[in-house]
Order: sequence, then C-alpha cells, then structure tokens
Amino acid sequence: MSQDVIRLDHVTKRYGSFTAVEDLSLAVPQGEFLALLGHNGAGKTTMMKMVLGLTRPTSGSLSVLGAAGGIAGRQSVGFLPENVSFTGGSTGREALRFYARLKGAPKAQVEELLQAVGLAEAGNKAVRTYSKGMRQRLGLAQALLGDPRLLLLDEPTTGLDPMLRQEFYRILRDMKARGVTILLSSHVLTELQLRTDRIAIMRKGRLVACDTLRGLQEAAGLPVRIRVRVPEGGAARAAAQAGEGATVLAANGRSVELGVSLAMKMDALRRLAAGTDGSVEDLDVLPPSLEDVYAHFGGLPPAGQQEVPS
Amino acid sequence: MSPSLVIAGREIREGLRNRWVATATLILAALALALALVGSAPVGEVGTGRLTVTIVSLSSLSIYLLPLIALLLAFDTVVGEAERGTLLLMLAYPLSRWQIVAGKFLGHAAILSFATTVGFGSAALAIGFSAPVLPTSAEWWNFAGLIGASIGLGLAFVAVGTVISVTVRERTTAAGVAIVVWLFLVVLYDMGLLAALVATGGQGFLGQTLPAWLLANPADAYRLLTLAAFDGAGAIAGLEAVVADLPAVWPMLALLAWIAGPLAVAWTIFARREL
Repeated sequence: MSQDVIRLDHVTKRYGSFTAVEDLSLAVPQGEFLALLGHNGAGKTTMMKMVLGLTRPTSGSLSVLGAAGGIAGRQSVGFLPENVSFTGGSTGREALRFYARLKGAPKAQVEELLQAVGLAEAGNKAVRTYSKGMRQRLGLAQALLGDPRLLLLDEPTTGLDPMLRQEFYRILRDMKARGVTILLSSHVLTELQLRTDRIAIMRKGRLVACDTLRGLQEAAGLPVRIRVRVPEGGAARAAAQAGEGATVLAANGRSVELGVSLAMKMDALRRLAAGTDGSVEDLDVLPPSLEDVYAHFGGLPPAGQQEVPS
Repeated sequence: MSPSLVIAGREIREGLRNRWVATATLILAALALALALVGSAPVGEVGTGRLTVTIVSLSSLSIYLLPLIALLLAFDTVVGEAERGTLLLMLAYPLSRWQIVAGKFLGHAAILSFATTVGFGSAALAIGFSAPVLPTSAEWWNFAGLIGASIGLGLAFVAVGTVISVTVRERTTAAGVAIVVWLFLVVLYDMGLLAALVATGGQGFLGQTLPAWLLANPADAYRLLTLAAFDGAGAIAGLEAVVADLPAVWPMLALLAWIAGPLAVAWTIFARREL
C-alpha cells in the first residue's frame, strides 16, 4: 500500500478536440503541501475535477486516498472551488449547516469552523451580502467540514486582504500539522514561496516542473541578481570588477544590477566587496524568486513558437 | 440523514422562503373555490352533488394549471444550480448523482403535494359544508381521488421538468423548452388527436387504439382517471363512450410510468454528464 494520497499516471483529458490535461503523472505523498501553478487554462481546475471524480480521464489512471475516485473517497476530501457560491439557505450559518448535513459532519463543527474563519458574527447575515473575502472564508469553512484528509483549494486566496491571507495560511498550517495533504492552486506566487513543500508548474495541460523551490531554482539555472550601489558613473567599473561570469541586467547612474550564476555568486561577491574604497557603496543579493522560476517554466512561449491549436 | 433527504429538505425550505409553496397553494385554493361557487349555480336540481360537479370542472382546469406549476418548479432544478455555480460544490460532496435527482424530486413532490392537498382540500371543505345537502361519502372519496390524481399529474410533470433541467445547458433555454413541452402535451396533443379522429371518422387504426393514445400522454391519462373512473363524473363529462371498458388501473399505471420514466432518463443523463 502506497503512502501517496494522490497518484496520477499518464492522465490525459480531452474535451472534444481540446486537450485540457496531457500525459500528467504526479504523486503527492501524505501530508505534503503542494502548490499548483499555471496560466489560466493550464489544466489546474481540470486536474482537480479529475481528482474529485467529477470528470473521468480520457486515458491514464488515477487514485485518490488509495481508491480509484468515487463517493467513498470524497468523504475525506475537502474542496474549495474557484469563485465559490453557496446554496442551502440564506445565511452563512444555514448554508454551512446544509453542507455539514450533506457530509455527515457533527453540527457542533459548524460553529467551530465559523469561529475559525472569523464568520461567527456574520454567520447570521445573508450570503448574498457577503464580500468576496467572506465568501472565500465560508468556502474554506465548508472545505474543512468532516475533518478531511485531503484539501483541494482552487485559487483560495483571491479576494483576501493580506491579514486574512495570513490567517488563511495559519489554518492551512494547522491542517498540515495534523497530516492533511493540501493541493492548492494560486496566482499569488510570493505568498507560496515560504509555505509550500513542493511546487508543480503546469503549462498548456502539461506538467513542466515539480520540485521544491530550491530544486526548481537550480533546474532553471537562473542567475542570482546582485544589485550594486556605486558612486555616480561607477556602474561600468563595478560590472568589470565582478568578474567574467557577470552580465549587466540593468544599470543607471548610481546603481547596476548584475546577473551571475549560482556557482559564481560567492566569487563575484568577494570581488565586489574587496574593491577599492568607495567603488561599491552597497550590495543586495536577490536569489531567483518563484516568479522568475515560474516565468522560466510556466511563462507562455514567445510569439511565433506557440503551438496554439487552430 | 441520507443525502437525498437533506437535499429534499433544502428544496422545501427554499420553496417556503421564496413563497413558492404559499403561492401555489393559494392559486389552487382560489381556483377550486371559484369554480365551486361560480360553476355550481346553473346546476339546479339534476341529482348530481355539488362536489361532483366541482370535480369535473376542477379536473378540466387543473389539467392546464398543474403541469405549468410543476414545470416551473422543476425546470430550474439542475440547470439553475449549474448556472449559479453551486452544482460543482455539491457534486464534490460524498453523494451520488441519483441522490441529487431523487432529493430534488422528493422536495418538489412534497411542495406540490402540499399545495394540491391544502388548496383543493380547503375548497372541498368549504363547498361541502356550505352546500344545502351534505355530500355523500362516495363524493368525498371521489374528491380525495381527484387530489391523488392531481398530485400524480403534477409529479409526472415535475419529472419531465427534471429531464429538461439536466439536458439543457442554459436556464433561459430550459424555461423555453418547458413552455413548449407544456404546450405540446397539454394542448396540441389533444387537438392533433381530435383532428385525426375527425378526419378518420373515428374508425380504423386510430379509433381502435384510442385508449393507448390517451394513456401515452400524462395529461390525458389524468383526464381518464378523474373524469371516467369516478362514479357520476364520466356521465357529465361525456367521456364514458370513449373508455367505457377501461379499468381505472390503466391510467394510474400510465401516470406512474410518466413519473418513473422521466426520472430514470434524468438520472441517466445527469450521471453521464461531464463537468
């Protein structure tokens, strides 16, 4: 018996002539927090629907929580769809009670979860008066009903302000500590950087990369950027000082941004720091961010190379 | 609690909240009362009880109204949720699709049964106790039969509306299809049948298979059940000649088939649907 909560084996999904997901293989071990990145229409939502058993793969096989999809698996899965909307009553509390009954979750959990997502007071208000952030929080609450072992969250943090986002990730951290596996898709890259175990990048239905951020940074071979503040007119000198491997990415009178490979980074830094007095006033080292990595793997290919189906 | 019952309960609460239940009940009660009070005036002394007269006029009007109410109740059931975006979330819960179809049908069935029973029933009580002569117990039974048959007719059209709801992709299209289906089954079918009967002089193939043609339409099955099957009513309606030897069990079975058949179709279509 494998420990993988989600296992996809060469899964392909076609809608007519449109291929939404192509030859996707992915295994998510228990307790992992996996982020799913990709442009709109990259196949993230389709993949989640297949994991939920709402749509069947055209070819390939998948198993979720050790079962081949189906109703039994869904009992232990929590799902928060993109642009969530609710039914089952006019107020937030009624709606959550309806979903709790559907899932066979204890009634007391409704109050607990409303408290946890900060809707205890707003629970008596009509759902249609909710802001996007409140709906999103109610959506998270319903996903947590019945103590799921797997959470599928489709763009969960859109519409949340930074404070709520912190709170949101705090809840997810608690879930992860309890051994819950989390699959989350997002466009907000900076917030995923420090919180996820692995990052999967999809492009046009294909999985183009899946690794830790560190692994992705190495695989991408992206340069480390060194921002150097120099006296007026010293940009060219600083660039030369950094050594052979450095390239000038951007420069103006008082500062220059150099790109060096990961391997050359320390050499370049030593040389810059050891320069004559006043030639370098300040240094900032910027490792490739998730955004750079994402642009490298997931960015749409430049015009002319696009394999858009006609 | 089983998921079907949870969904049925949700449908009933929604029906109460958006005044569907109250509206339908009031309409049916008003219709029945109006027919009873206005329609019983010219009867005079023909030996037919007022309640029986009401049964005839009520059944020939509810044949138009009940299918309309039922279709309006059901056409939105799945397509509306798909459009509002609540269907995806519900399907992600541990329930199978037949439980959704069954739950929604049960909820609508409860709303419609309540409206019919209370609406017609209150009118019957008002007529019964305001009439100079109390209706016989046979008349009461006949009226109860009318309520039962009317519920059957309503449920058949709820089932048909459910099929429309799982087949069509947009809510507005579903509404249009529902109206067309209503027009065809309730109005055009009979007109076509009548025209064909006149053209063939009631002879030949059509004349011999007429009962089958009537049973093939839920509205006509209802007509057979209410007008011909109850004692006395058929004499007034003039239908006795058509179906003199047709036992009441056949229109009942036809109505049941019109409930079960469309539900099975709706479930099959819904189960295969890709999201």
